[in-house]
Amino acid sequence: MTINRRDFLVGSGAASLGLAVPTLVNAQKSNEPIRIGLLTVKTGPLASGGIDMERGIMMYLNERNNMMAGRKVELVVADTGGVPANTKTKVQELVERDKVQVLMGPLAAFEALAIDDYIKTQKIPTLSVAAAEDMTQRKPNPWFVRATSSSAQCSHVMADYCAKIMKFKRMVMIADDIAYGHEMNAGFQRVFEENGGKIVQKLFPPLTAPDYGSFLAQLKTNVDGIFLGFAGSNGFRFVRQFNEYGLRGKMAIMGGMTALDESVLKNMGDEALGIQTVCWYSAELDNPINLKFAPGFRKTFGYDPGYYAAGTYVSGAVLENALNAVNGDANNKDALMAALKKTNIPTARGPVKFDQYGNIVGDVYIRQVERKDKRLVNAVLRTYTNVSQFWTYDPKSFLGQPVYTRDYPPAKNLES
Amino acid sequence: MQIWAIQTLNSLALGGLLFLLSSGFALIFGLMRIANLTHGALFMLGAYVGATVIRSGYGMFTAAAAALIVIAIVGGIIERLILRRLSGNPQGQVLATLGLAFIIADFCLVIWGGDPIPIETPAMFQSPIQFLGISFPAYRLVILVISCIIGIALYLLLEKTRLGAMIRAGVDDMQMARAVGIPASQLFTIVFCLGAGLAGLGGTLGGPIFNAYPGLDADMLPLALIVVILGGVGSLVGTFIASFIVGFIYSFGIALVPDLAYVILFLPMVVVIAFKPTGLFGTIRT
Repeated sequence: MTINRRDFLVGSGAASLGLAVPTLVNAQKSNEPIRIGLLTVKTGPLASGGIDMERGIMMYLNERNNMMAGRKVELVVADTGGVPANTKTKVQELVERDKVQVLMGPLAAFEALAIDDYIKTQKIPTLSVAAAEDMTQRKPNPWFVRATSSSAQCSHVMADYCAKIMKFKRMVMIADDIAYGHEMNAGFQRVFEENGGKIVQKLFPPLTAPDYGSFLAQLKTNVDGIFLGFAGSNGFRFVRQFNEYGLRGKMAIMGGMTALDESVLKNMGDEALGIQTVCWYSAELDNPINLKFAPGFRKTFGYDPGYYAAGTYVSGAVLENALNAVNGDANNKDALMAALKKTNIPTARGPVKFDQYGNIVGDVYIRQVERKDKRLVNAVLRTYTNVSQFWTYDPKSFLGQPVYTRDYPPAKNLES
Repeated sequence: MQIWAIQTLNSLALGGLLFLLSSGFALIFGLMRIANLTHGALFMLGAYVGATVIRSGYGMFTAAAAALIVIAIVGGIIERLILRRLSGNPQGQVLATLGLAFIIADFCLVIWGGDPIPIETPAMFQSPIQFLGISFPAYRLVILVISCIIGIALYLLLEKTRLGAMIRAGVDDMQMARAVGIPASQLFTIVFCLGAGLAGLGGTLGGPIFNAYPGLDADMLPLALIVVILGGVGSLVGTFIASFIVGFIYSFGIALVPDLAYVILFLPMVVVIAFKPTGLFGTIRT
C-alpha cells in the first residue's frame, strides 16, 4: 500500500511540475543525497531534550533505511549548546559548509529568534521545535513550519479543561521567568478567566532558581489548583518540593506541555501520580503510527519518547510527505516549502496540518500520570481535536492584540 | 504570620546549605589565595558521586562520606598536578580552574547524561514536620543541623589543633610561616583536599533539594562567591554568618519583591566589594 501511495504522490508531483521537467536532470540529482541539518543541544542544561531530538529523528530515518522520496538522506547534527550565538554559527556551518537543504530545530525559542533573519535571507525550509508565539503569529517567518505547538496552544486547552470540566474557580500559576513561561501562563490565564475562573496569584521563579522553598512558602492554599508552566527538569524539582512542604492534597496540580515530560517522568516516583498535564503528544497515544514508534523508541533507548523525541519524529514524517510531493527535489525550496505548508497527514501525534502562518492545527491531549507496567506514563484522559494556536479566537483580532507576556493580559483578580 | 515563620526556616536552611557549599571555597581562598573556580563543578561531581552511591543501594550518609573522599582525592590531584605549577600566577590559576570546571562538567555529562538525577530524601526525613500549624520539610532542618556541626568542627580544627594553627599562620603571613618551618607544600595539599571534599559533601547532602543535573555547577559557583566575598576572605566565622545573611536576603527578597530576585542577591556583594573590600569579617582585601 505504501508503495502505491508513494508512487501516486511521486507521479502526481511530477505531473504538477509539468511534463517539460527534464528527466535527465532529475536522474542526476537523485544520486545526490538529501541533506537535513539538525540544530540541537547536546551539552549543557538543555541537553536532555536535545539528545531526545536527535534520537527521535534518527529513529525515523532508521525505520526508512535513511531513504526519503526514493533518495538517500544524510543527517548532519550540530550541537548549539543552547547558546543563541552558537546557534547562529552552527546554522551558518550547516547551510554554507554542509550544504543542508532543510533544517530541523532548534530547541529553544531564543535560539530560533537568533537565526530567524538568517533563515529568511537564505530561504531554508525549517521545521521548528521551539515554541515562541510570534514566530508563527505577528512576525511569521515564511520558511518556518512548526509541527509541535506554540507556547500557549496547549495551555489554552488546559485552562478550558480546568474551568469547564474540573470546575475550578480559583487557581494560582507558576512558571519559569522566561518568555516561554510567560506566554504559556498568559494564555492559560486568558482562557481560564474568560470562563469564569480567577487567577489569584502569579509566580515566576528564575529559570535557574536553586530552590523553590521561598515560593512554596508564599503559595496561596485557598485555591482549587495550581498551573505549572515549567520547562526542562524544573517541574519535577518543583513537584518534589511541593510534597516536602506538606502541600500535597491541598490543591490539584495541573501542568503545561513540558511540566512533566516523559523524559523527566522516568526519574520520578509516586509523588507524580495523579498529576494532570496537557500536551500535543503522549507516549501512550494509541494511533497506529505511535503504537509502532513509542514501543520501538522504548526498546532502543530504555525510556518513553516525550515532547522532543516526538517533535523531530513527527517533523520527519511531515518532511518526508513534502519531499514525496516534490518528487524528492529538495533544491526547489519554494516548491518544498509550499508542499510543507500543504501537509495533511496522520502522524505519531495525530493528524498534522498547518495554518497560513505555518503553525500546526492538531490534536491536544489532557494526560494523567499513572503507573503502568512498573513505569510512570502520561495516560490520555481526553482529546481536543483541531486545536489552533488562536484557540477559539478569530486570528485577526488575536493578532491585533499584543503578544502574551508576563503582564499581558493583565491579571485583575490577584490577591495580595 | 505563617508565611514569615516558614520563610525564616527557609532562610536558615538555605543558609546552612550555602555554608556547606562555600566553606571549602573560603578555606582554599583564605590560605592559598586561589579563587578556585572548579568549586561549583566539584560540588556537582559530589552530587553525582553521591547519587550513584545511593542508586547502588547505600544510604545518604554513606554516599556523603564517599563523595567527601572521592572529591577530596580529585581536589588533591588538581592541586598537585596543576595548581602547584601556577603558584604566584593568579590569572593562570583563575583560567586553569575555569577550564577545569568546564572539563569536569562535560565529563559529568558524558558519564551521567543530560537528565537530572534525583537524589532521594532519606526515608525517615521525607514527611514534613508539623508544629504550631506549620508544615516544614524535615530534611531542611537536618541540613541546618549538619551545617552547624560542620561549622563547629571546622572551627575547632582551625582554632584548637596544630594543623589549624599552621593554617592560620599561613593565612596571616605565608612567608613568615615558611620561615618558621611550617611545611607549606603539604599544608596546601591538605587544605585543598579538605576544601574540595567539603564541596563534594555539600553536593550530596544538598542533593535532595537541588538534585544532580548538568548546570548545577554554574548555578552554585556564583552563590559561593557571594558568600565568601560578603563574609570576608580568610574568615570562617565570616563565611558562616554570611551564609545565613545571604539565606535571609534571598528568601525574604523573593517573597517581598520576586521580580528582583537576582538584584537582591548580587547587590550586597557589589556594595561590599565597592565599600568594604575586606568583607564584613575579613582582614584581607579581595
